[in-house]
Amino acid sequence: MNALYRTSLVAATALVLTVLSAAPSAWAIDIKRVVSPGGIEAWLVEDHKVPVIALEWAFEGAGGTDPQGKEGLANLASHTLDEGAGPYDSQAFQTRLQDSAVSLGYSAGRDAFSGSLRTLSDRRDEAFDLARLSLAEPRFDAEAIERMRAAVLSSLKRDLADPNYVGRRLFYSTAFPDHPYGGEIRGTLDSLPRITADDLRGFVKSQFGRDRLVVAAAGDIAPDDLAKALDRIFGGLPAKTSVATIPDVAPKGLGETILAPRPTAQTVMLMGQPGVKRDDPDWYAASVMNYVLGGGGFGSRLMEEVREKRGLSYGVYSYLIPMDHTALVMAGGSTVNAKAGQALDIIRQEWARMAKDGLTDEELADAKTYLTGSFPLQLGSTQSIARILLQVQRDRLGIEYLDQRDRYINAVTQDDIRRVAKRLLDPATLLTVLVGRPEGVTPTKTLEGGS
Amino acid sequence: MPAALSARRVLASGLLALTVTLLPPAFAPPAQAAEKGVFFPESFTLANGMQVVVIPNRRVPVVTHMVWYKVGAADEDRGVSGIAHFLEHLMFKGTDEVPAGAFSRIVAKNGGRDNAFTSYDYTAYHQNVARDRLELVMRMEADRMSNLKLTDAVVYPERDVIIEERRQRVENEPADRIGEQINATLFVHHPYGTPVIGWPQEMANLTREEAERFYKTWYAPNNAILVVSGDVSAEELKPLAEKYYGAIPARPVPERHRVTEPPISAERRVTLRDAEVRQPSVRRIWIAPSYRLDPEQQAYPLQVLSEIMSGGPTSRLYRSLVVEQKIATSAWLGYNPDAWDMGTLSAGATPAAGVEMDKLEAALWAELRKAAEGGVTEEEVATARKRMLAEAAYARDSLTGPAQTLGAALATGQSLDDVESWPVRIDAVTAAQVNAAAKAVLGKTNHVTGLLLPLQGKDS
Repeated sequence: MNALYRTSLVAATALVLTVLSAAPSAWAIDIKRVVSPGGIEAWLVEDHKVPVIALEWAFEGAGGTDPQGKEGLANLASHTLDEGAGPYDSQAFQTRLQDSAVSLGYSAGRDAFSGSLRTLSDRRDEAFDLARLSLAEPRFDAEAIERMRAAVLSSLKRDLADPNYVGRRLFYSTAFPDHPYGGEIRGTLDSLPRITADDLRGFVKSQFGRDRLVVAAAGDIAPDDLAKALDRIFGGLPAKTSVATIPDVAPKGLGETILAPRPTAQTVMLMGQPGVKRDDPDWYAASVMNYVLGGGGFGSRLMEEVREKRGLSYGVYSYLIPMDHTALVMAGGSTVNAKAGQALDIIRQEWARMAKDGLTDEELADAKTYLTGSFPLQLGSTQSIARILLQVQRDRLGIEYLDQRDRYINAVTQDDIRRVAKRLLDPATLLTVLVGRPEGVTPTKTLEGGS
Repeated sequence: MPAALSARRVLASGLLALTVTLLPPAFAPPAQAAEKGVFFPESFTLANGMQVVVIPNRRVPVVTHMVWYKVGAADEDRGVSGIAHFLEHLMFKGTDEVPAGAFSRIVAKNGGRDNAFTSYDYTAYHQNVARDRLELVMRMEADRMSNLKLTDAVVYPERDVIIEERRQRVENEPADRIGEQINATLFVHHPYGTPVIGWPQEMANLTREEAERFYKTWYAPNNAILVVSGDVSAEELKPLAEKYYGAIPARPVPERHRVTEPPISAERRVTLRDAEVRQPSVRRIWIAPSYRLDPEQQAYPLQVLSEIMSGGPTSRLYRSLVVEQKIATSAWLGYNPDAWDMGTLSAGATPAAGVEMDKLEAALWAELRKAAEGGVTEEEVATARKRMLAEAAYARDSLTGPAQTLGAALATGQSLDDVESWPVRIDAVTAAQVNAAAKAVLGKTNHVTGLLLPLQGKDS
C-alpha cells in the first residue's frame, strides 16, 4: 500500500546533493588504492560481510556535448549499451544479467558518462564479462535502438504533465541558453529520430577512453582480484580519446521572474543564482550556510518560515548544485496558487536576511554537528559506498579526504559565512520560474501557449 | 543536472515481494533447495506487550530506529479521512520534554535524520543515528508515545500543510489523480478506497480533538513494534528498550474491525481526460489475496507470476508488447500482498507513438488471458524462482531496508518466521500453483480499468 511521508523525497535528494560532498565523519574508513597490471586505478573499500560487489565508474567529460541536431545521443547510448553486446542480442544479454541477478546500467550526464555494476560475489565472473562486452562490443541492433528511442520519447511526453519537470526545464533553458547545461539531455522530439546506429558507435569509440576513466569499488572482493577485473573490463578501451570540453558558463536571466501558466492546483517555484563550484575555497562555508537556509529539512529557516509557521507549503528547500563548468545555489517548493506571492516573498526575505546577518552561533554549531555526524548514515549499502568513493575521486579531493572532512567543516567561521552569504545571496538577481496560476506575483515574462 | 530516465523496466517482485508472508509453508521444499533465513533478526517482547526486533548489521557504527504502530488510515472512522496521517504530522508538535518542532532539530543536531510515514495499515516513525545516539532517540520516541501535548496554535497551520501535501502529491498531476479515482472505484465499501491522505472536504475540517482521540485510542506500547537495525545486538538493546518503552503501561486497544467488501460482479472503467496529458496510459486492477487473507495459498504463486509476466526486459509482457509487437513502450504487472486485508494485482501499459488505446488494451488483455487460460510452464517458473532467490541475497545489503520490510510485515499480521521462510516458500512454488492463482485472480470480472487520456481530439 502506498505510504505518505512527512517530508517529500525532494528533501532527501536535495540533502544528498550537499551532504555528499561536504559531510565529514568521525570514524575512519579504509580505502585502498588498487592499480591493475595494465595501469588502471580504482579505489576500493573491501568488506566481506555481505557477498555483494559494487563497481562504479565514470568517463569524465564524455557526452558533454551532443552533435548539433542529434541532441540526446549520449543518453540514448546509455540506454542501448546493455541492449545486446558481443554474441548476445538484447534478449540474450538481458537474460544473462537477470539469471545471475546482476544489475548493469549506464547514465549520461553533462559532466560525465557513468556506469554501475552490482553483483553477488559468486557471479562476479559473469558480471565482469557482461560489463566488458557492453563497453567494448555493444551491438546497437536496429530493434534495440528503436525500442529505446520510443521509450525515451514516451518519457519526454509523460514528463510534460509534471509541473516540476516543466519548471526545471524552463529554469535551465533560461539560465544556460546555447549551452549544453541548458539543453534537455534526453534530446527532443525532433532530434531523437535523427540519431543512427553509426552515431552511437561513433560516440562509444570517441568518448570512452582510459584517460578519462575513474573507477571505484566496494564489497566482497580482494585488491588483487579487483586489479584483474579492471584490466578485464576496461583494458580493451583506447588509451586516449579527445572529447570537446564544454565551456565555462555563468547563468543568465538573473533578476527575471518567468511564468509558465498551467492549470495546476499549486504553483511550483524554482529559483537560483550563481553558486560555488566544488573546488571553490568557500565550498564548506557555503555548505554550512545552505544547511541552515534550506538544506536541512525541518529546522531550516525556509521550512520554518514557509511551512511550520504559516502552513504555506509541504516543503521548501535550498541546495547547492556544483557542476564542472558552472555552479548554482537554488531554492524551490510548491504552494497553493492563491498564496504563491506570499511564499515567494518569504523565501526572498530569508535570502536577504542570510546575506545581511549570516548565522547565529548556535545555528553554526548545530550545522557543523549535523554535517559531520551524519556522514556515516550514507554508507548503508555496498553500492552507496562505491558511489561516494567515485564522487570523491571525481571531485579530486584526495584519498585522505574522508578522514579530513570533519576538519574542513569545523574550520568554517562566522567570517566565512558572512563572506559567502554576501557573495552568493541576492534576492534581486535570482532567476525565478513559476509553473501554475500564481496570485500576488508580477512576472517579468509570461510564456505563451500555456494551457 | 536532471537525472537520466529509466524508461523501460518496471521492476516488481524481488525485494518488494519480500515485504510479507503469512501462512505456514504449504509444501515441503526439496532437499537441496533454498534455505530459510533472509535477515536473521533477533526478537523479544517487553512486559507491556511491545514487540522488539533487532537486525544486527556491524558494517557502519550507525543504527536505524523505528517504531511502528499497528494502526493506519484504514482504521479511521468515517468522516475523518486523513486523521491517521494528520496525527503522524502532529507527533512532531511537542511534549513537555521536547517542545513543538524540537524533535527533528535535536536529531539533526546529533548528526541524525528522522521522518515518519503513514499507510493504510500502519504508521511508523524512524531515525537514522550514530549508535551512541540510539538511547537519545529511544528516550524521545518513548516520550511522545504517551506524552503528546497539542495546542491549536501548532495544530491548525499543520492542517494547511497536509492540504498542501495533498495538492502536491495528488492534485498537481493527472497521473496521481486517476490513481486515487481507480482505488476509490475498486473498493466500494472497504476503507482501502479512501485515500490515506484523506478527501479534501474532510481534511479541511479535521480537528485537534479528533487527532487526540485517535492518539489515545491507538498509540500504546502493546500496539507498537520497535525495530532496530544496525550496529547493535538484542542483548545491548534490551535494557534500553525496557527502560524507555517498558516503562509505559499497556492500555486496552480496540480490535482492528474493518468492513468487508460486498460482492461486486461488474467490471468498471475510469477515464480521466486532461489537457496536461501528452502520454496516455492504461492500467487495470484486481482485488487479490494478501499474505494474511489467503485461503487458497496464492500469495507466493502470485509473486512468481509477477516475476514471469513483469520481471524485467525478458518478461512475458515486455517481450510481447514492447519487443515483438512494438505497440507499447512499457508493460507491467505488479502484485501487492502486503496488507492487513485484501491485496491487489494490477497491470498496465503505455502505448508506442501512434498506437490506438483500443489496440493496446486488446493486446494487453490478450497476454493476460493467455497466462490465465494457457498457463505458464515449469521452465518459466524455475527461472523465475531462481532469479527471485538470487535477488533476495541483496536484501541484507542495506541498513534501513530490512527494518522497513520486517516492520511492515509484522504490522500487517505476519510473523518473523514467515519473512525468514520467504526463500523456502518461493522455492516450493510449482507451475500448477501459479496457474491456479493466475486463473483465480485474472479470471475475475470485477476489475477496474483506468484510462489516462489527453483531451478529446488532441494528439495521442
